[in-house]
Amino acid sequence: MKNKKSSASQEAETRPSRCPDNSAFKQQKLPAWKPQLTIASVLSTFFLTGAFCLSVGVSLIVAANSVREIQVDYSDKCSNCSKLRENSSNWNSECLCSINFTLAEDMLGDVFMYYGLQNFYQNHRRYVLSRSDEQLLGRNVDVQNSYCAPFAAYKNGTPMAPCGAIANSMFNDTIDLFYNFNSSVIQVPLLKTGNSWWTDKNVKFRNPDSHNLSAAFAGTARPPYWHKPVYLLDEEDEKNNGYINDDFIIWMRVSAFATFKNLYRRISRKGQFTDGLPAGNYTFHISYNFPVTKFKGKKYVILSTMVWSGGSNPFLGIAYLVCGAAATLTGFIITAIHLKLRKKKTYFQRR
Amino acid sequence: GLQACGNRNNKTFRMFFSCVTCSLPSKYYDSNKIKTTKYSILTFVPKNIYEQLHRFANIYFVVIALLNFVPVVNAFQPEVSLIPICVIMAMTAIKDAWEDFRRYKLDKEINHMCCYIYSRKDHAYVEKCWKDVRVGDFVQLQCNETIPADILLLYSSDQNGICHLETANLDGETNLKQRRVVMGFSSQNTSFEPEFFQNTIICEMPNNDLNKFKGYMEQPNHERIGFNIENLLLRGCTIRNTEVAIGIVIYAGHETKAMLNNNGPRYKRSKIERRMNVDIFLCVGLLFTMCLVGSIGHGIWSGSFPEHPPYDVPDENGNFLSPVLSGFYMFLTMIILLQVLIPISLYVSIELVKLGQVFLIHNDIDLYDEEADLPIQCRALNITEDLGQIQYIFSDKTGTLTENKMVFRRCTVDGHEFSHQENAKRLETHKELDLEDEDFAKLQQFTLPQMNIERPATYQRTMRPLRRSQSARAHFQGHTRSRSLGRRDSNQSQVAFSSTIEKDVTPDSRLLRRVREAALRTENLSPFIHMKTATSFTDFFLALAICNTVVVSTTTEPRQRVTVPPPIKPSGITLEKIHQIFQRLKLVSLSQSFSSSQSSSDLGASFSAKNTEEHLATLDCCDNDDSCCDSSRGSVTHGTLPTDFCYEAESPDEAALVYAAQAYSFTLVSRTPEQVTVRLPQGTLLTFDILYTLGFDSVRKRMSVVVRHPLTKEIIVYTKGADSVIMDLLEDPGKERRMKRIKDKTQKHLDYYARDGLRTLCIAKKVGSEDDFQKWANFRQEAEAAIDNRDELLMETAQHLETKLTLLGATGIEDRLQDGVPDTIAALREAGIQIWVLTGDKQETAVNIAYSCKLLDQRDTVFTINTENKETCESLLNLTLEEVRKNYEVENHGGNFLIPGPEFGLVIDGRTLDIILQGGLEERFLELARLCRSVLCCRSTPLQKSIVVKLVRRQLKVMTLSIGDGANDVSMIQAADVGIGISGQEGMQAVMASDFAISRFKHLKKLLLVHGHWCYARLAKMVIYFFYKNVCYVNLLFWYQFFCGFSGNTMIDYWQMIFFNLFFTSLPPLVFGVLDRDVSAETLLSLPELYKNGQNSEIYKLSTFIITMLDAFYQSLVCFFVPYLAYKDSDIDVFSFGNPINTVSLLTIILHQALEMKTWTLFHWITIIGSVVIYLTFSLIYNAVCVACNPPTDPYWIMEKQLSEPAFYLVCLITPAIALLPRFEQSTFLSLHFVNLTYSVASVRYSAPVSQV
Repeated sequence: MKNKKSSASQEAETRPSRCPDNSAFKQQKLPAWKPQLTIASVLSTFFLTGAFCLSVGVSLIVAANSVREIQVDYSDKCSNCSKLRENSSNWNSECLCSINFTLAEDMLGDVFMYYGLQNFYQNHRRYVLSRSDEQLLGRNVDVQNSYCAPFAAYKNGTPMAPCGAIANSMFNDTIDLFYNFNSSVIQVPLLKTGNSWWTDKNVKFRNPDSHNLSAAFAGTARPPYWHKPVYLLDEEDEKNNGYINDDFIIWMRVSAFATFKNLYRRISRKGQFTDGLPAGNYTFHISYNFPVTKFKGKKYVILSTMVWSGGSNPFLGIAYLVCGAAATLTGFIITAIHLKLRKKKTYFQRR
Repeated sequence: GLQACGNRNNKTFRMFFSCVTCSLPSKYYDSNKIKTTKYSILTFVPKNIYEQLHRFANIYFVVIALLNFVPVVNAFQPEVSLIPICVIMAMTAIKDAWEDFRRYKLDKEINHMCCYIYSRKDHAYVEKCWKDVRVGDFVQLQCNETIPADILLLYSSDQNGICHLETANLDGETNLKQRRVVMGFSSQNTSFEPEFFQNTIICEMPNNDLNKFKGYMEQPNHERIGFNIENLLLRGCTIRNTEVAIGIVIYAGHETKAMLNNNGPRYKRSKIERRMNVDIFLCVGLLFTMCLVGSIGHGIWSGSFPEHPPYDVPDENGNFLSPVLSGFYMFLTMIILLQVLIPISLYVSIELVKLGQVFLIHNDIDLYDEEADLPIQCRALNITEDLGQIQYIFSDKTGTLTENKMVFRRCTVDGHEFSHQENAKRLETHKELDLEDEDFAKLQQFTLPQMNIERPATYQRTMRPLRRSQSARAHFQGHTRSRSLGRRDSNQSQVAFSSTIEKDVTPDSRLLRRVREAALRTENLSPFIHMKTATSFTDFFLALAICNTVVVSTTTEPRQRVTVPPPIKPSGITLEKIHQIFQRLKLVSLSQSFSSSQSSSDLGASFSAKNTEEHLATLDCCDNDDSCCDSSRGSVTHGTLPTDFCYEAESPDEAALVYAAQAYSFTLVSRTPEQVTVRLPQGTLLTFDILYTLGFDSVRKRMSVVVRHPLTKEIIVYTKGADSVIMDLLEDPGKERRMKRIKDKTQKHLDYYARDGLRTLCIAKKVGSEDDFQKWANFRQEAEAAIDNRDELLMETAQHLETKLTLLGATGIEDRLQDGVPDTIAALREAGIQIWVLTGDKQETAVNIAYSCKLLDQRDTVFTINTENKETCESLLNLTLEEVRKNYEVENHGGNFLIPGPEFGLVIDGRTLDIILQGGLEERFLELARLCRSVLCCRSTPLQKSIVVKLVRRQLKVMTLSIGDGANDVSMIQAADVGIGISGQEGMQAVMASDFAISRFKHLKKLLLVHGHWCYARLAKMVIYFFYKNVCYVNLLFWYQFFCGFSGNTMIDYWQMIFFNLFFTSLPPLVFGVLDRDVSAETLLSLPELYKNGQNSEIYKLSTFIITMLDAFYQSLVCFFVPYLAYKDSDIDVFSFGNPINTVSLLTIILHQALEMKTWTLFHWITIIGSVVIYLTFSLIYNAVCVACNPPTDPYWIMEKQLSEPAFYLVCLITPAIALLPRFEQSTFLSLHFVNLTYSVASVRYSAPVSQV
């Protein structure tokens, strides 16, 4: 196309022609695929989609049904503790609560223990913003100018560590699980680390550098609602203390909805619990600290297993089934209409 | 150089005197430096921002961005929220800067062109840049130089003080114009001395009228010399045929007429944009509703707690707001949050898409005219889609429907009609020749492959289906080729040009005999004295040859600079020399005639002097233009006459008449401002002194030439003009029955001509006395010198002269229909467009043309309304309307749609139109016109044309298009929604005023049916899509408010949100808007009915908008609630929840666009897949890098984490499927159903599914 000037005409050289290029692009003749909605392609699309969705839906429902889950509302059951916590002046007094429950079937495989909160709007805009990622990275930041206010520093200027409303309102109940086996009570071994995202634990949250943790947090104070400073969150495990405490990290990942659950512990699969939790009677021993009656909330403890598609939520399976059914149905309707019209057409032609 | 000093305190005139000794700087007037740029480097940023803020949408977004800086209401980090508006404004700024830079470069080039200016210091002309030219400078111009400023001509190397101009740069007219030296300076034979110029020049203030200029010069002795446009050299024109011209600069730089006329591209608002603005207000309403819901919801929510929960964070001082106040603040926060509901990028996207559309239209090879080497020009950049919605076309006739190439067909002299059968036959054969040529040219194409290397492929491909256009182009190709060959060896040029058709007139044998007889008789009886007894035959052809402004040039050499400057004095020339010159010119018969007439020495001498020189001067005025020169082509009738003259006429009619006279051996040999020479059949040369020329104007509708007969010394006025005018000016025949008979007969012939579709002109003369003329001449001179009501005075004097005429005869000139006009009109009509013809021509001519171009059908009932009485007009309108209605009712009740009943045509003339417009009958008229198949308005003035266009546009609320080629169509072109100019024979005024300029009427078909449809469909769908896209996406945030206590929280990271609109989903609609073809060009051309789709605004109207909005709501619900329900009761965090939502909405929005696309070129694939890839890449990188870069909401590692979970994929698959299922079902149902319907009703022609929604 470029050598169009070669048409030996002298005129073309002296005054270049204003004739537009005859290229496919400029003439809007680019080779193109034109999707044609023919009866065959439409029907095959609908039927194939339908078949695919139905099969996925069925397998999803099967998987969701294999999940074993038990959920215990302990804010109702420990009503005495709830009442105690209603008055914030009692924050210092301890309140213990035990809840018995029975597992009718074995929970096989990895068993996860969650705490659930209802009506706790962790996704409130001002709440979500009230944190300092810089501080949690162990950097020395001026929290006064961060989004943490008014939970940034005390009136005397001592900065809070960690700052912000999220950290301040951290869930602080402790839950232990006991297995009542032949009248003996066995504490179920629970893993308190490895529950958070690996990247959070190793990249996003870092303790300030120092020879020991308490020195690192020198000059800071615990948030007002906390009972103990941040460097005492887990006194047993150095690698689970301070900002990199798993419970803290999980709490800092603010939940999307007002009713949510957070992973608390995993069952350590050893001894009697190698295959999971055997059926039988169990008891939760709960140290009840976190008040929920203020916001008409509830607290749960949840034991659950997992499958490849996630938890016990059957919604995705249902969605696939519905979509598949709709697509198949449409396919049938189109076939019916088409057959009817074709009859009409041949009728017309015959006439 | 020389200085001009003066002042401007007079508002209507400017005055300055120019003197060499004066040293004051000419600071009062603009310099010649031009600057068309809007900005400079320093002012660009503030000025551009200022201009952009004139747009309402931009202000809206800036205000919202600033609102974000208020801490109580902010929804995002304030700095980040500035990004979208900054990006949008930056893109617009870059576009503006680039355009401005191009203008700057062009200005610089022009400003640094060179010219010669008289320098006072050096006492000589020195070379200077254009930008240094000042008002009052003396400029010396050479041949082929471009004129740097508006210059008053004071000296020309030409003996007669004439300077030839080519004004192609200014108005596109290629014929030469003559300009004269200011009176009083022309007599100087010596070269012009600037040093002695001591005059004060007074002239009007700069204005943009290219055809008017007046002023006077006051000499030191207070004598005034008037001058006018005839003495002004306009900037941008080129000097031709004149070796040297000198003048004084009157207007410079931006004050020149050329610059004042240069208005740049025009900006109109298209119908879609008007519709869009309404919908934007609907969106604003929606936004307010949503914000209100959020604000009330938040108030109720925060009021529902007995005490403050831990997640209700107090402000910095630990105080809580009351629910009412926080609800109010939340309203503002919501506005910020949901601002994207108003599509911020829509405006800039529309601009970009329109640029792309204009580019593609401009490059369409089918809209390129090879003959003129002109592609379509898109002068208005932003009304492309209006081309797809036209309901009414108003067309000019001459030059638009017809070629405006005039062919002499018949004439009537002295009451006798001469039908010119031979000429008619010749024209027929020309048509056949044309067809043969096509085949010949096609053969040539394949034997000369190097000629067509650029497009053999298309030719072969399109040859079958598009035979008509194909063959037309092939014809032009052959034409070009022969043109270039013709120059090298002109004997070979044999292809019939239309110009040849114009030039060759085969004389009517009967008339020829009578003319010969008449001429012989007059000459034989008394060779030079008895012209008085010359019959009207001789007079008739003399009038044809003289009564015009045609410039003669010979054809032996190409137009170039004159190289024989020394003026030849009559005394100093020998007979031999003249003979030699004539020999060279091969004017054999001329030299004979010279010897025969040498007995009359003064006549011979004056002739030889004037004439030889004229020949030398005009040797060069013949350009490579084939219309001008075609020297060696043997003429059928004039085999013995080896020389052709080239006639350069202002209008093609004039040339046609001169050629006609030539055919009868009345050859116009030369014309100077003072004299005109005609060769008579016997070879005698007659040189008439031209005493005065009254040029043609549209008000008088006639022109006159006053000459002194060389033999009888009588003063003769030759007048030609429209019959309606001339017939009234004839001398009262009184008792003389012969005159009355001639008049009646001629009128009869004229009516017949007009019915035949010919353009008619009457020729008349008047013989006057010397005294009368002198009186008149004085009167005229006064009028010319007048400055106040000069125009009225001139008109009056003209009328005074042109009375009591004697009718000589009349001519009929054919204006041939343009190629492909009937076909185009038929197609446009099928497309549902009503076509009106508004012409200044005679009613009969117009009706005839209307029949021949299929505007009217023989079966149609045509109503003609011609009346001067209001009551009659009203009753006529009522009667006609009643009849038409009756007919329609019958048709409707009959219910038979397959056999159309008779259709109606309406013909109306200018006077009736005036009555209708003034008498308040417009509504009745429009009602009638609406029911008619076509309407013809004849004898209408430019003003009436524009009034009619405006009337239809306003009253019927329809989209109108005006198409025309002449200056008289300008007002009509400007009045319509879309104005189209035809760059043809009549200059560029129409093109200058137009939005699109094409070169042939037939191009309108593709422009409207294909490009119009495409542009409309593309843009309409794109605008709809933008609304959909934004509503769909923004609603996701809105639904989340119900789950976060209406706190204005977002689950999507803000950067990803910004980029979503700016980058991830912006390209597919752009590509769609520029490139999508819902129906192929071939289908659109073969099924013009498809155009109705755009006419009825079917793609984008309120119902479509609402349906799309509902669809957007549905899709956003799906995109939100499927992930919500899937992740409900899990431990998912805010941003991990937002990520699948963002992803599925991206997929949905992109797939939605994919469903809309009807053609998938490589660009479509790239942008669709590319958008998803860019999104994923960006998210992965951003989520991996950003640990704490966007505090406090860093979405660290979310994308990576989710990509490792099967649930994410499951959600991403099912959500778009559910969201798009209804739309897909609807489109399949519609298209399958539609295809089936068309199969049973129409034919298999609908190869493509037409339109959805």
